[in-house]
Amino acid sequence: MSELTENMPKKNPLSLQIDPKRFEPASEDEKAQQDVMHASTSFFRDGMRKLMKNPLAVASIITIVVIILMILIVPKVVPYGYDEIIRVNGSRDKTVTNLAPFQYSEKEQAAIAAGETIFPHIMGTDSLGRDYFVRVVEGAKVSLSVGLFASILVLIIGVIYGSISGYKGGRVDLIMMRIVDIIYSLPDVLIIILLSVVLNQTLDPNNPIVKALGTNMVAIFVVFGLLYWVSMARLVRGEILQIKNNEYILAAQAMGGKSGHIIRTHIIPNCISVIIITTALQIPSAIFTESFLSFMGMGVQAPMPSLGSLANSARQGLQSYPWQLIFPAVLIVLIVLAFNLLGDGLRDAFDPKLRR
Amino acid sequence: MARYIIKRVLLALLSIFIICLITFFTMNAIPGGPFSGEKALSPAVKAALEARYNLDKPLWTQFWLYMRNMLRGNFGISLKTGREISTTLFTCFKVSAKLGGQALIVAIIIGVVLGCIAALYRNKLPDRIIVFLTTLFTAMPSFVFATFLLLVFCIQLKWFPVWDASEKSLLLPVISLAAYPTAYITRLTKTAMLDSLGQDYIRTAKAKGVRQTGVIFKHALRNALIPVITYIGPELAYILTGSLVVENIFTIGGLGQQFVQSINNRDYPMIMATTIFLAVIMVFCNLLSDIAYSIVDPRIKLEA
Repeated sequence: MSELTENMPKKNPLSLQIDPKRFEPASEDEKAQQDVMHASTSFFRDGMRKLMKNPLAVASIITIVVIILMILIVPKVVPYGYDEIIRVNGSRDKTVTNLAPFQYSEKEQAAIAAGETIFPHIMGTDSLGRDYFVRVVEGAKVSLSVGLFASILVLIIGVIYGSISGYKGGRVDLIMMRIVDIIYSLPDVLIIILLSVVLNQTLDPNNPIVKALGTNMVAIFVVFGLLYWVSMARLVRGEILQIKNNEYILAAQAMGGKSGHIIRTHIIPNCISVIIITTALQIPSAIFTESFLSFMGMGVQAPMPSLGSLANSARQGLQSYPWQLIFPAVLIVLIVLAFNLLGDGLRDAFDPKLRR
Repeated sequence: MARYIIKRVLLALLSIFIICLITFFTMNAIPGGPFSGEKALSPAVKAALEARYNLDKPLWTQFWLYMRNMLRGNFGISLKTGREISTTLFTCFKVSAKLGGQALIVAIIIGVVLGCIAALYRNKLPDRIIVFLTTLFTAMPSFVFATFLLLVFCIQLKWFPVWDASEKSLLLPVISLAAYPTAYITRLTKTAMLDSLGQDYIRTAKAKGVRQTGVIFKHALRNALIPVITYIGPELAYILTGSLVVENIFTIGGLGQQFVQSINNRDYPMIMATTIFLAVIMVFCNLLSDIAYSIVDPRIKLEA
């Protein structure tokens, strides 16, 4: 300090020069405050950090993870198959149907008395004597995978269509968006029903895909592929219309970048948040549609269960065995709720502008 | 304005035409005609029958004939009951319209009121309760809610008879149909109300000394209702498809039950007629809500 002031030239009284005597050097502590504590975060990390601060979103992630773990673990642990009618020591038991949760049939009780261990029926059994817990978990698996695959289908078609329309612009855009307008105004559920009626009659039942999924599922996927991508396409197009006027797009074009290359490397990464959010919100809507159709008896092929078809078949015994409805119904609500909240959380974290 | 409306009408007509086209040709893709059923007919009789019903003509001609008859209100004859489809449709439509109309009105009134309450008590207890309920109800498929209502009120509490479609028990179906749209309208109204309460003209009105109720009803709510009006079209579509499920759960003999029955019976002319009928209603309602939107909100310069 003294050194500094000594070396200073004599101060002109009229000078506006700051007097160093009035300052004191920063302590080590204060210097440390100026250090950069974190490496700069990427867009994705920043979004994830915000997402993890949202308790509802975290809770829904946990719910989804628990459900997925259940789907993976339960078939390994529980010794019953989802389409297997329970037998005790190889013989059929008439009292095994419609058991309440944790109840055992007469023969099972006899077997337990004889010292055998029998895995409990956590959710009871259904009207044919199949373990209901395994069926509900299998139903959740079917419903979730329908939601997931349908959303991926929507994602692919919607992004490709929307980006071409938005990037090309002009007459191409006009025609493509008119087509979207028309598809948007078609009543989707009616067309799904119509298609599943028709496909039921016309599809080749020996086709391996049809055999595995059942005609109704094929109809659901066809309709998702045909109709549901329009809102995704609209959103992506809107984003691209904004993005494509940026200078870096012009620069890429000036350097001779092809349309496909520019869309893939410059435009899509910039509208990725819209795409993620819309996909996340598409999953519950697909699960909704599937459970609705299954409930009307137009969903998955028996004996494959889905949450909707389980709820539907529980209707017959509603008065005596209400839990057969309650378990799948609660699970549907839980899954849809979790995905809805997760979608909302993703939207808040990645693109607050989108909030309506 | 006129240009916008004409454009919308043309688009709606085109959609209806495409729906008819899809319905007709997909239904005709099903193998087997109406006379390939129970009894084997002699070729001569079959040919005569096909000529009588124009089935020997090319598919496009049949389509035009079908369209022409449909415009005259003639949908043909049901394979199952042998009755005129148009009369069945009409009687069923009356039932469904009553149910759907009530659900629509209930949803709008309750939704707007709850939305206003949530907006005015933002982040306080009423708002939190409403947000919780709307989140829950937008995640609940109508069939889940309807069967729960049936389980609780008809079976456990026995307040309503289970298999009765009389006037009194229309209460439960209306509630289960209206639940989702109510939740959605509540959300819409809340965000729109919050948005319009933050506008400058609200501050101006308050500064001029307009009473709180006057500000809310005259200035804020009026502008907040615009998104609700646009939602009426999709809402009606939701109620119509929802009634497919709800009418079956509560055994109400409306269009929804008719549709599901005709699918189970493989009554193809009936399926075709019901699909087209429902689709036309949906497209028409969307059209009306688009036009209403443009009238209510003059800012929409209708350039589309």
